[in-house]
Amino acid sequence: MFAWLRDHGIIERNVILMGVLTLITVSIGGLAQIVPLFAAETTIERVSGVRPYTPLELRGRDIYIREGCYNCHSQMIRPFRDELERYGHFSLAAESMYDHPFQWGSKRTGPDLARVGGRYSDDWQAAHLRSPRALVPASIMPPYAFLDRPLDVSDVQARMRALRAVGVPYTDEMIANAVADLRAQATPDADAAPFQGRYARARQAAFDGNPAVVTEMDALVAYLQMLGTLVDFRDVTPAQLRQP
Amino acid sequence: MAAATATAALAPGQATRAGEVAYVEAPIRAFAAITAFWGVVGFLVGVVIALQLAFPLLNLDLEWTTFGRLRPLHTSAVIFAFGGNALLCTSLFVVQRTCHARLFGGDDAGWFLFWGYQFVIVMAALGYVLGITQGKEYAEPEWYVDLWLTVVWVAYLVVFGGTIMKRREPHIYVANWFFLAFIITVALLHIGNNISIPVSLGSSSSYAAPPGVQGAMIQWWYGHNAVGFFLTAGFLGIMYYFIPKQANRPVYSYRLSIVHFWTLIFLYIWAGPHHLHYTALPDWAQVLGMVFSVVLWMPSWGGMINGLMTLSGAWDKLRTNPALRFSVTAVGFYGMSTFEGPVMSIRAVNGLSHYTDWTIGHVHSGAMGWVGFITFGALYYLFPVLWRKKAIWSEKLIAWHFWLATLGIVFYITAMWVSGIMQGLMWRAYDELGFLQYSFVETVEAMHPYYVIRALGGVLYLSGALIMAFNLWKTVTDSEAAEPEPSAASAIAVAAE
Repeated sequence: MFAWLRDHGIIERNVILMGVLTLITVSIGGLAQIVPLFAAETTIERVSGVRPYTPLELRGRDIYIREGCYNCHSQMIRPFRDELERYGHFSLAAESMYDHPFQWGSKRTGPDLARVGGRYSDDWQAAHLRSPRALVPASIMPPYAFLDRPLDVSDVQARMRALRAVGVPYTDEMIANAVADLRAQATPDADAAPFQGRYARARQAAFDGNPAVVTEMDALVAYLQMLGTLVDFRDVTPAQLRQP
Repeated sequence: MAAATATAALAPGQATRAGEVAYVEAPIRAFAAITAFWGVVGFLVGVVIALQLAFPLLNLDLEWTTFGRLRPLHTSAVIFAFGGNALLCTSLFVVQRTCHARLFGGDDAGWFLFWGYQFVIVMAALGYVLGITQGKEYAEPEWYVDLWLTVVWVAYLVVFGGTIMKRREPHIYVANWFFLAFIITVALLHIGNNISIPVSLGSSSSYAAPPGVQGAMIQWWYGHNAVGFFLTAGFLGIMYYFIPKQANRPVYSYRLSIVHFWTLIFLYIWAGPHHLHYTALPDWAQVLGMVFSVVLWMPSWGGMINGLMTLSGAWDKLRTNPALRFSVTAVGFYGMSTFEGPVMSIRAVNGLSHYTDWTIGHVHSGAMGWVGFITFGALYYLFPVLWRKKAIWSEKLIAWHFWLATLGIVFYITAMWVSGIMQGLMWRAYDELGFLQYSFVETVEAMHPYYVIRALGGVLYLSGALIMAFNLWKTVTDSEAAEPEPSAASAIAVAAE
């Protein structure tokens, strides 16, 4: 039954042939699993409410990535009873459709954050980030008091343009008003109408408690406070959640 | 059949025959030394972050030393700096000896690969500490480092493939099949998973091209095959050369080599989605990932059997050759991890194990037991050969290294089994009234003793590596010189010209 193995000598004598056959062999699985996922109509659930991040939330997300939060926190709730009760509705593919890259994580040294938005007050989030053990004595999270420093907003438009290039539907108007929108979101007294017209259900607040300066803390808390809040599950039917 | 077996399987034993080839060795000596160096660095950072999880004050209140920034430093230092240099070192050594050919591109090519690859490591490491990251596990380096690594990697393929093309042996030896598959597939994975748009040419930031769920699938296609090809296929190449050499026996089965090579590389690629069980990834992809992961158990054990059975008739050498003990124990850990992996890829098991320390324990039995031990065995073999010494400076210290490291792994993986399974069970525990029994932070508190034990395991493993570094250093400086071999003599003669 192993007689055919004698022909393997042909491959063993030709490195180009061996390299090409290897490339073909290792390509099959990846192509079979990755390509069909780009047929979005069968991958992304048909729910409404998901919008691109506001400029402030986007910068907060950049900080979330910079600090490696994904090393300890997942953003992917599984459809288990205990996770439903602990974290909320299971996560949808649609909820990370504008995430470049995704931040689902692989380890819960700390709790899942997919629906942490609105669970705690802004003050709690900022105080907890500054000194986790002041609020949760048994926490093993590092302190992030250094985030109380001015946020770099110089490249926020370039960031939005790069994201538009990979498919996030930022409009020219959104990009043109990026810095103004960013400041408006972190300033409770600012005129809300134009900003909220561009970003539905975006919340304005002095996220770090100080409206005078837009800090990295403002951005990160703004991001955390919107996580998982865009889809209103009261309007969602089971049929919409199917990924056939 | 018999003829093919003789030419293919016995090739490493024949390597001493060719006296006339002047092998490139100086860059390979550099690769061997830096492998030991990065190993110590990677294990040290591992100990630091393990202690941070037990004692969070060790985050030091500085932005550069938080767990979030140091954990990628640890994983990259161990996988890409320690493991990567070990692979470059051994593959460039093995390909010359089994092809009876001088390295394609000569010393210059070897030095380009050496400095080019160290530059990747230093750039990536600096980035992590300063907060420059793509935010994808094991693919954290930003776009400019990725581009440079692509250049180095293509050069590696050309140098390795070019050396095979120059070979004086009719057959390509089995170790080189695995090295070749590793180099080609890692190129494919690296490029496929790092397609991104920089914020601007002057910016260190970029955004990944694929969104959410597609990005997740591509990331774990990459991530699991970094395990499958970087940490498995490449290190199987090491096994296929160094175990036969150390045991002085031919590879057990030529047929098994062929069957397990092609099935391993075909099946591994499909296993990625088992990292995404019960996520928003469509179910069909999860099921494919599970099925192929379970089937993968077979070719993995094919490799283990081929490695272990190579010792047939030479098992006594385990008593007298402590370096071989490392290589063989490595194959044992490989067999254990590649059984545990398929079990954990079953959706019902994964529902418990995912997001817990069980996964961390699993990768460490593979990384410390398989990758670490096979590399230590190869380094103990290579140092006397590359520096023309009779033997390693102290066999007794190799034995100390072996037992400290083995004990360290046992502490590490048992602590992680207990903490992982315990935390998974605590998360889903209900009290008699039907409420969740534990708050999240109570499950964190329960981990503390196991995190201390795990850190102790890491300290033992690190101490073993420090002993190795000392022993290798003394081998270079103090060991008795070997009688010059024919091939060595010609190499020296060429160098002197």
